[in-house]
Amino acid sequence: MSFNIFMQNVVNGLSLGGLYALIAIGYTMVYGILRLINFAHGDIFMLGTYFLFYAVAIFHLPWWLSFILAIILTALTGVLTEKIAYRPLRNSPRISLLISAIGVSFFLQNAGIVTFSGIPKAFPRPDIFKKILIIADIRIQIVNINAIVISLLFLMILLYIVYNTKTGLAMRAISTDTETARLMAIDVNRTISITFAIGSALAAVGGILWALKYPQINPLMGIIPGLKAFIAAVVGGIGNIPGAMVGGFLLGFTEIMLVAFLPRLSGYRDAFAFLILILILLFKPDGLFGKNVQEKV
Amino acid sequence: MSYRILLITFCLLFVVSSLVLAENTIKIGVNQPMTGQMAAGGELGMKGINLAHELRPTVLGKKIELILVDNKSDKVDAAVAATKLIEKDKVIAILGSYGSSMSIPSGEVANKNGIPMLTATSTNPMVTQGKEYVFRACFIDPFQGEVMAKFTHEYLKLQKVALLIDIANDYSVGLAKFYKETFEKLGGEIVASLYYQAGDQDFSAQISQIISSGAQALFFPSYFQDAALIAIQARDLGFTGEFLGGDTLHNPVIVDLAKESSEGLFASTFFAPDAPTTEIAANFVAKFKEKYDELPNAVSTLTFDAYNLMLDSIEKAGSTEPEAIKNALAVTKNFVGAGGPIIINEEGDAIKPAVIVTIKDGEFKYYTTIQP
Repeated sequence: MSFNIFMQNVVNGLSLGGLYALIAIGYTMVYGILRLINFAHGDIFMLGTYFLFYAVAIFHLPWWLSFILAIILTALTGVLTEKIAYRPLRNSPRISLLISAIGVSFFLQNAGIVTFSGIPKAFPRPDIFKKILIIADIRIQIVNINAIVISLLFLMILLYIVYNTKTGLAMRAISTDTETARLMAIDVNRTISITFAIGSALAAVGGILWALKYPQINPLMGIIPGLKAFIAAVVGGIGNIPGAMVGGFLLGFTEIMLVAFLPRLSGYRDAFAFLILILILLFKPDGLFGKNVQEKV
Repeated sequence: MSYRILLITFCLLFVVSSLVLAENTIKIGVNQPMTGQMAAGGELGMKGINLAHELRPTVLGKKIELILVDNKSDKVDAAVAATKLIEKDKVIAILGSYGSSMSIPSGEVANKNGIPMLTATSTNPMVTQGKEYVFRACFIDPFQGEVMAKFTHEYLKLQKVALLIDIANDYSVGLAKFYKETFEKLGGEIVASLYYQAGDQDFSAQISQIISSGAQALFFPSYFQDAALIAIQARDLGFTGEFLGGDTLHNPVIVDLAKESSEGLFASTFFAPDAPTTEIAANFVAKFKEKYDELPNAVSTLTFDAYNLMLDSIEKAGSTEPEAIKNALAVTKNFVGAGGPIIINEEGDAIKPAVIVTIKDGEFKYYTTIQP
């Protein structure tokens, strides 16, 4: 392998990792607060791309407006999901919540097939995102740079919200002890709604960037990215926001390098990702970066 | 009392009418995926069958009754559907299914019960293997792989080709295998073999490898959704070689999905509607356009031919005895369909030429025909 191809693969790995990271942050955030693995996260991600698709292709709205609309609508869907499927189960055993999440996931996928049809649609790409920078024979899509920059940006915004605002304080309080938080006059329902809104908005951003890079959308497109983001979140220590970010980049990078160095195994890269998940769960169930212990005591 | 008499009269009427109907109709079963993952294929198939039925509704002086059963794109349901057609509806022959994975189990059932089955588009070799009652109106996967290898070597005159294979898909693995064998025999070189799994959306690493291998063409026998993503990413990453694929790529949706990246793609297929070579084909295209207001595709063409081949065989047999129909089907030598001539070989497979189509200005265009 020439140095150029190696560098090209580094770029490929970073850009795929950036997308995983973005989805994983939303995943891990909901877990961190609610101790709920939101299996519907990948499907919320899918909805984000369809909202944008309809805004641009059917209603012919300008791009910037479509972006904002898609993100808001996806955030609202996330909040609604929580109200309908998770809130009534808040005092039930964890396993009921988990099953409910899987149910929501199936529901969204099949509702998607019914309303959007199962035939994939071409996602419109504005020309600025199609542009390709060629630096020393290495081809970098503008959307790749965006994915990395936007992931980092959102990470910082999120960390700021969680650690420097009142809402963030409420989130952390709920994550530690919901009952006590309620006694301290924290509006638990409102805080959880905000958490879902932010998590789902992140899924929408991730979905849109994903669809700009792989411009084809279908109602089942969220399954694999959702699972990969879950793996990334577990690798980084689920509930740990910077951990999810690192986990995402690590996973994207490993997947690409597996194909690059062991092309014969390229068909098994998903299996490889799940192998990582199993190994982490076996040997380091708290993830590479451990839990944020101080939050949980 | 009068109520009871009325009821008895109705019953008698029903019995008599069903007897009369039974005398004058021939029941042919149709086993197709009308719902589920392959519903689109089943729907295209029915367009061809319905048109053929409309144009030719009788055989041996009797009306043909088509009985459609939905196999839900599922292997188990396909076998159940075949059983229902044979045992409950008492059909004398079965058409279908779309999709080899459904044709294999339903063929088992038909063969065991001694009912002739003719599939239009199932290309997997296992569909007819060892089943004397099962036939097909299309060529098989190995032939498609060979055709594309020949085409690459003799028409495009290329020497270095890379393969990108869906590892979980028999169709993809099969085509790639036969492509490789033939291409290497002809003196070409496979410079890279890479894999993925249906549902993958990122192909950047595979494509970077392919580019670095110096391949002049990429053969990717995959479903059109995957193919569209591969084409887009290959062009984005700077691959300038030719795109080659099998009949699954001959689907206009690929142009909608991949836009300008699909330009110039070559695919082997059964039929090119823009260049009908015979009068029968031209007539079929005209009738199809009249009924559905669109150009026919390969799937509808083959089901149209399968229906007519079945009727020809019933005529030749001169009876509705399943065994006689099977014997007539097995010796098909000079059937001329809309999709070209068909000869049935001893395995029950059709020997027929393959058509190469290419995408030009966003549309599939006839390129050349390759004889078997």
